[in-house]
Amino acid sequence: MAKNKLNSRIFKDRIFVSILLLIGCICALPLVLILFFIVKQGINSISLQFLTHLPKPVGEKGGGVLNAIVGSLMLISMAAVISIPIGILGGIYLSEKKGTKIANLARSSAEILQGIPSIVIGIIAYLWIVKPMGHFSALSGGIALGFMMLPVILRTTEETLNLIPNSIKEASLALGVPYYKTILRIILPCGISGIMSGIIISLARVAGETAPLLFTAFGNPYLNTNINRPVQSLPLIIFNYATSPYDDWKQQAWGASFVLLSFILIISVVAKFVTRRWRVQF
Amino acid sequence: MKIESAKQKQASDWRLGIAEKIFNSLMSNAAILMIILLSGIFITLLYSSIPSIKQSGLGFIYGRVWDPVTNQFGGLSFLVGTIITTFLALIISFPFSISLGLILGEYFKKGIVSEIFKNIIELMAGVPSVIYGFGALYFLVPAIRHIETHLGVPAYGVGILTASIVLAIMIVPYWASVAREVINLAPNDLKEASYALGATRFELIRYIILPFTRSGILAGMMLALGRALGETMAVTMVIGNNNVLPKGIFDPSNTMASVIANEFTEATSDLYLSALIEIALLLFVVSLIFNLLGRQIIKRMASR
Repeated sequence: MAKNKLNSRIFKDRIFVSILLLIGCICALPLVLILFFIVKQGINSISLQFLTHLPKPVGEKGGGVLNAIVGSLMLISMAAVISIPIGILGGIYLSEKKGTKIANLARSSAEILQGIPSIVIGIIAYLWIVKPMGHFSALSGGIALGFMMLPVILRTTEETLNLIPNSIKEASLALGVPYYKTILRIILPCGISGIMSGIIISLARVAGETAPLLFTAFGNPYLNTNINRPVQSLPLIIFNYATSPYDDWKQQAWGASFVLLSFILIISVVAKFVTRRWRVQF
Repeated sequence: MKIESAKQKQASDWRLGIAEKIFNSLMSNAAILMIILLSGIFITLLYSSIPSIKQSGLGFIYGRVWDPVTNQFGGLSFLVGTIITTFLALIISFPFSISLGLILGEYFKKGIVSEIFKNIIELMAGVPSVIYGFGALYFLVPAIRHIETHLGVPAYGVGILTASIVLAIMIVPYWASVAREVINLAPNDLKEASYALGATRFELIRYIILPFTRSGILAGMMLALGRALGETMAVTMVIGNNNVLPKGIFDPSNTMASVIANEFTEATSDLYLSALIEIALLLFVVSLIFNLLGRQIIKRMASR
């Protein structure tokens, strides 16, 4: 009798785990479906021509997404140039001046900034840069993406530096190394893996952002390398092609998705490698 | 000779002091920039939406007519559209998020199963919104259209239900990772005590972990909600973009984020632009509130 009850309880436990695992697998289904189709359809449309040519008008075969690839790279590098130095400096401040009023306020601000919907960031970049300048531009798109990267880099830098024991800093200061050199030459190199992976992860995230680019970088059917002019980007071209009624363009959208997704996956793998290779160990 | 070296030392000290000062001020300015940025965003949104606030007042929230031609801006249909899509998405993603949280936080903390699910969650969070939207246009919209023809409702394919399902998939990784974190926080002595009393894992989860983590899971819901509210691209692609008050979950509708994405570049008059910015302001405030609440709850749990 008692044994039976125990068995039924154990049975219930088993059933519960199986249900959990089943639900977990169902959850992965859409992801697998999307990835599978992107690879399958993307391989078909990807060729050297796709990567090195400009889009052709509707109806003409061929054409590529070179302008979008160049535009995306421009936007991402601008975002990185803006956000990396500020993010790292701010992160150092937060971890060094823990508990001060400014640090607490800045930390909460960064947390809130991280949660702001990306479309709102797009509007802000429009109001601050596009409107005064009078035209859409790559610069405004890069700044919008930079605003999105900034809090992520700042928080990861702070979290990484918090892991580094004080004794290292104290040893360096005791040897007479000036404070700023201690930070730049001793503390930052110790935390480089965490900071790097934060940067790479935030890069991967903004690479796929579309909403902030709708009214800043705007899109451009031609190749453009001038930061004062609108540029195309991969997520924008996917959005435009995917919502278009033409089958040719939809096929192109699969190809563009494949390029974008491979880019994101590759840099995520790099981030993982970086954290594993240079983990903070004390 | 001696005097000279003393002078040199003084000079280098002075230079060092300058470098120190520059570094310190750069550092604090970077941190202060965060505060300025946040307040700047809020003030800009508020300032730019003043014309619309003056024109529509509270009618902006309960007005049903959104007609830029006659300068009537009532956002009720977007508010309702946003609320319905978000809550449907939360309901759909609840079982998935909790299951993933339990799998990673309790059943499989290490090992191959945990690695697989961790990678799945990371991948799900890494796929850009626009690709989810594209995938949904390709798979989900025809499926929903099929269901709709069977049910005898107008078969748009796009609509609130479609958008909710996409949103649900997109918020699972966020909710699941918060759930995992709080499940990990469940105190070990309670767990050990219940094992010592002969509880099975299922009983442990039901009587110890779930009651303990209830508020944490709620916090995860709030963070997911904040994300879902602002999610733009995927929703814009599949919700149907219809500025009419929705009557059912199959109707095409619009959310606050999707109406901004659709109409912002077409806004010709200043008032129209200002009305769209007021929507952004609402979006900003609401997602800020949910974010802060969620984080506060988690912080309180972690410090216990």
